Amino acid sequence: MSWSNLFSTSIGKKLIMSLTGIFLVIFLVVHCYVNANVLFTNGEENFNRAAHFMGTNLLIRVTEIGLFAGFILHIIQGYKLEWLNRSKRASRYAVTAGNKTSKWYSRSMALLGSLILIFLIVHLAHFWVPSRITGLEEVTYDGKPYHNLYLEMQHVFAQPWAVALYLLGCFSLSWHLLHGIQSAAQTMGWTSKNYFPIIRSVGQAFSIVVPLIFALMPVFMHFGWEIDLGSITLLF
Amino acid sequence: MQHYTMNLNLKVWRQKSGTSTGGFETYSVSNISSEMSFLEMIDVLNERLIKEGGDPIAFDHDCREGICGMCSMVIDGRPHGPWKGTTTCQLHMRAFKDGDTITIEPFRANAFPVIKDLMVSRSAFDRIIQAGGYVSVNTGNAVDGNAIPIEKEKADDAFAAAACIGCGACVAACKNASAMLFLSAKVSHLALLPQGEPERKQRVVSMVAQMDKEGFGSCTNTYACEAECPKEISVLNIARLNREYLNASLSGS
Repeated sequence: MSWSNLFSTSIGKKLIMSLTGIFLVIFLVVHCYVNANVLFTNGEENFNRAAHFMGTNLLIRVTEIGLFAGFILHIIQGYKLEWLNRSKRASRYAVTAGNKTSKWYSRSMALLGSLILIFLIVHLAHFWVPSRITGLEEVTYDGKPYHNLYLEMQHVFAQPWAVALYLLGCFSLSWHLLHGIQSAAQTMGWTSKNYFPIIRSVGQAFSIVVPLIFALMPVFMHFGWEIDLGSITLLF
Repeated sequence: MQHYTMNLNLKVWRQKSGTSTGGFETYSVSNISSEMSFLEMIDVLNERLIKEGGDPIAFDHDCREGICGMCSMVIDGRPHGPWKGTTTCQLHMRAFKDGDTITIEPFRANAFPVIKDLMVSRSAFDRIIQAGGYVSVNTGNAVDGNAIPIEKEKADDAFAAAACIGCGACVAACKNASAMLFLSAKVSHLALLPQGEPERKQRVVSMVAQMDKEGFGSCTNTYACEAECPKEISVLNIARLNREYLNASLSGS
């Protein structure tokens, strides 16, 4: 068998989910790090400068195309697999084991993914569309103009419904990652007797910490909170 | 444990044949001993049904020692019932109490079509084994123990994987009706041993292809299979299967 047939088998289809999922997890780390600037003092300038770098660096703009492709592939393949897997049992059980034998979130990846997708569409409309297409207000640092994405965040998160929706998005992401990270590692064949506990623990920590940092952003912006780091800046 | 007797209500899936539509029928059984096995309890009901001129409930069974993999059934939503690491024949009635209503269904999966009542065809598993779950060398007489050196840890893992009795509970438990735990056990036990080495790559590719052809779903790692497996086969075998498959696909001709 050649590698070209690899992605058409049942294992190969899961490999696509795993590879795109891992790619999206790496994106989350970068996104979280850049945006965490808004949580600290002088967040406006630091975040706007970081967003400027992300928006103008050629390598990052090219990667952005890959990111969209990764999202689309993960979403389409996820729905296809869900539909395909559901079709494998035409007559359903009258009684199911439910949570006795598996975790609810491991069985609800399509539902959690759909909630994240709804969040993602609103999120792109809130921030990606203005910063790339329709334009943003500008602010000047050291005589150079920058998009004031921070101001846009303040506008959006002044609305309580937006804060609630973003919190729901982070909540769904957390459960999705809680299953997704260890599942991706299992599909890649990385888990073994020695590594399984480590992968599971790291995955669990990531699933809680990263969505929690994301969740703090709308809350901090809504209430105008900030953390004083003194002379330390998060700007790369 | 104290012996007791119980009266039970059974909701049993009845289906005349693979092509007919099935449905639940309710039966009451009384004076059931807590020391009976689950299958003996159905034997009692069947004897009564035969005496009454009815059609006995068809179900699979053979050794009744928990090693042949023939018995099946989903009992209150659990393949092989509520006890961990136990086949239906080794499930005893002390798992239930007086007055319980027990729902009994066949293993449900498109790849396991119902033959009659609680009996399903698990021939799909045989065809997966035929696709590569063997070592095609003339083995001759049994060789001396330890003639081929095998690391202790590998021998243990291979043995644990070989404990799979091919009952199909993993498929029945999986929300996707996936056969990955079964296949991973079969691939693992040969991939870990030197005897399985020559056909290692071809074996995994052929067996995965056959599994897909039979209409089993993908593995989404919910691990319900491991929780229900009467032989407690580890899902780490599935990771090994994924590794073996990826390796064979990327380096195969």
